[in-house]
Amino acid sequence: MAVMNMIQALNDAHKVAMRADEDIVVFGEDAGYFGGVFRVTEGLQKEFGKERAFDTPISENGIVATAVGMAAYGLKPVIEIQFADYIYPGYDQIVSEVAKMRYRTAGEWTMPMVIRSPYGGGIYGGQTHSQSPESLFTHIAGLKTVIPSTPYDAKGLLLAAIEDPDPVLFFEPKRIYNGPFSGHHDQPVVPWSKRAEAEVPEGHYTVPIGKANVVREGEALTVLAYGTMVHVARAAMEEADVDAEIIDLRTLVPLDIETIEKSVRKTGRCLIVHEAPRTSGFGAELSALVTERCFYHLEAPVERVTGWDTPYPHSYEWTYFPGPARIKTALKKVMAD
Amino acid sequence: MARSERRPNRPALALHVPEPPYRPGDTPDYSNLEIPEAGSAPRPDVACDDSETHPLVNHLVRVLDDDHKAVGPWDPKLDPEVLRKIYRDMVTVRIFDDRMYRAQRQGKTSFYMKCTGEEAIATAAAAAMDAEDIHFPTYRQQGLLVARGYPLVKMMCQIYSNSGDHMKGRQLPIMYSDKEKGFFSISGNLGTQFPQAVGWAMASAIKGDSRIAMGWIGDGATAEGDFHAAMTFASVYQAPVILATVNNQWAISSFSGIAGAEQATFASRAIGYGMAGLRVDGNDALAVYAAVRWASERARSNNGPTMIEFFTYRAEGHSTSDDPTGYRPKEESEAWPLGDPIERLKAHMIGLGEWDEERDSALHEELSAEVRKSQKEAEKLGVLSDQGDENKESMFEDVYAEMPWHIAEQRDAALKEGE
Ligand SMILES: Cc1ncc(C[n+]2csc(CCOP(=O)(O)OP(=O)(O)O)c2C)c(N)n1
Ligand SMILES: [Mg+2]
Repeated sequence: MAVMNMIQALNDAHKVAMRADEDIVVFGEDAGYFGGVFRVTEGLQKEFGKERAFDTPISENGIVATAVGMAAYGLKPVIEIQFADYIYPGYDQIVSEVAKMRYRTAGEWTMPMVIRSPYGGGIYGGQTHSQSPESLFTHIAGLKTVIPSTPYDAKGLLLAAIEDPDPVLFFEPKRIYNGPFSGHHDQPVVPWSKRAEAEVPEGHYTVPIGKANVVREGEALTVLAYGTMVHVARAAMEEADVDAEIIDLRTLVPLDIETIEKSVRKTGRCLIVHEAPRTSGFGAELSALVTERCFYHLEAPVERVTGWDTPYPHSYEWTYFPGPARIKTALKKVMAD
Repeated sequence: MARSERRPNRPALALHVPEPPYRPGDTPDYSNLEIPEAGSAPRPDVACDDSETHPLVNHLVRVLDDDHKAVGPWDPKLDPEVLRKIYRDMVTVRIFDDRMYRAQRQGKTSFYMKCTGEEAIATAAAAAMDAEDIHFPTYRQQGLLVARGYPLVKMMCQIYSNSGDHMKGRQLPIMYSDKEKGFFSISGNLGTQFPQAVGWAMASAIKGDSRIAMGWIGDGATAEGDFHAAMTFASVYQAPVILATVNNQWAISSFSGIAGAEQATFASRAIGYGMAGLRVDGNDALAVYAAVRWASERARSNNGPTMIEFFTYRAEGHSTSDDPTGYRPKEESEAWPLGDPIERLKAHMIGLGEWDEERDSALHEELSAEVRKSQKEAEKLGVLSDQGDENKESMFEDVYAEMPWHIAEQRDAALKEGE
């Protein structure tokens, strides 16, 4: 066991995977020599050479498209898009090519690859360093979408994603790279080293894709969250002193519907929390699923806590961010008799 | 899927991954970098066939020689008043950058980007164009705003996201916009502005207007598809536009070779699109002026677009979030052979007898005082770090012309939040 922050855990996952499988190649803007602007790929070029870990031209379209070609050859690209906000030039390749290849060729060509990208707000990054675009990918058949919330999960999920036969969008909540976030921006960041989830096994292990994690068991309500919001929601529940069952989805597609259903049937109430804007956000899908499948067990309408339907502003960061106050308001509603 | 074994009688293929000549720990030496003599580049007629410019894409338009004298056919023979204006703008930009960099370090805002070493490019380009022409800039052309007389206080208010920011704090610091000054909204998404400049120029042509557009992009961002879109549309419609690539050698941690500069100059991309191309010493304010003047006359006389590469060097970190000692030698900017654009123009003016050390220190003092005064004024309206949530409902405005019900509901919820 080693104590790691999320960046170190992700870095370690790359190393474990690349040592075991020579077909893994890692590339992206600033991802080679420098090891990425967040340093997730640090040291890979040194250990594995420039042909397996390299810098790319600034073209997200080119990064994804060449990954398609490499996957077609039989390599396994693990690519970095510097910020999720910059993934859009690569969107056509992801949606039209990566996602649909297995289907359109009935399995003749497949696209095993991982597209990693830091996402989310809470860092004063303005509209181009704060977005949560996950639902633009969960909407696309053929893609898996994974979002870790701890160093332990980050490493295990990334290794699982790399071994997955299908393309995986791997969004990393950059606000919690160095430590979990309670949602109280005026309080100091607690480093991961103070938390049990920072204990990361050495070597290989996986956290299965498609399996949620019950972070906290409880009876009063079910809270569905992922990424940074797992920690924000958890802090809010503790402050409100409610016996919440908190589920970290970990994978959005394919979703662990069983764990969700079981929990909501038990608690009869469901609160969904995400940073992304509300309209057509992943919470809409979750709300529909819970309502369709657990309607007769529900004691109150499903509630969603989300970012607002505006672009992410630079100022008013904490008015935009779905923090403790917004969660508490929704909690009151969902707990009403 | 099994890969077939390599045939033993054929060579093993190898991937070429460009590597900069120097990394941290190395001693950079650019003494054998090919820098053509000042004055050696021919100056074709502005109405020439694009092919006549093509030898220039591997040359370097330079006016100021090693003794800081203006030489050769590109000498714009500027009035001393114009020289002093460009000089003043450059010095303003440098002082402004230093102040705002420090403000970020003091925690007054979230982010800042300097253009140190590149000041000549935007300021001299602004001088060479008409005030009514429009720019589609990147985040390193603050010199355009300064040169066009945009109030420093307003720039600072944008940087602080305070109540003096007409964009209501929506954008990251330095992502300015000012319609009146012909300065299009800066995007954080690289490259997007480049083909947009072409579209504006096409519109001007559609309407029989006389204004032209200038699009800006960094060396790194030329790799984006938008670069190609800009070049293609500009060429197809012979749009009245100047397309400028600022090659400052670096794109965060990757050197220009990762954007293709090992194989060909950025200016030479003009050839494939059948466009005029110029490669210009970006640390030579007179060369910058002359090239932009040439391209603007060409565009304005319906002779089509020009791609200009400004060859320069990013003397400091990419931004306040970057520490360049992790990927390039500390001494590299010192070793870079084209010198400091401010020092070069100053020496030139002194040589002409149009400037002296006394006036220079007076100017520095005057501008430092002006920048400090502007900063005080801007800070009266607040800095990012002490921003409360007054007026937070403004966050919900301008998503659409008319606010739909769902955003109105969210605004009302936000106002109640935390009560
Ligand atoms: C579409 C997109 N991809 C990536 C980024 C992240 N990024 C911001 S600036 C930058 C480097 C740009 O280098 P260059 O174009 O040479 O301009 P310079 O910073 O040197 O002026 C990168 C990769 C971005 N802003 N937008
Ligand atoms: Mg650059």
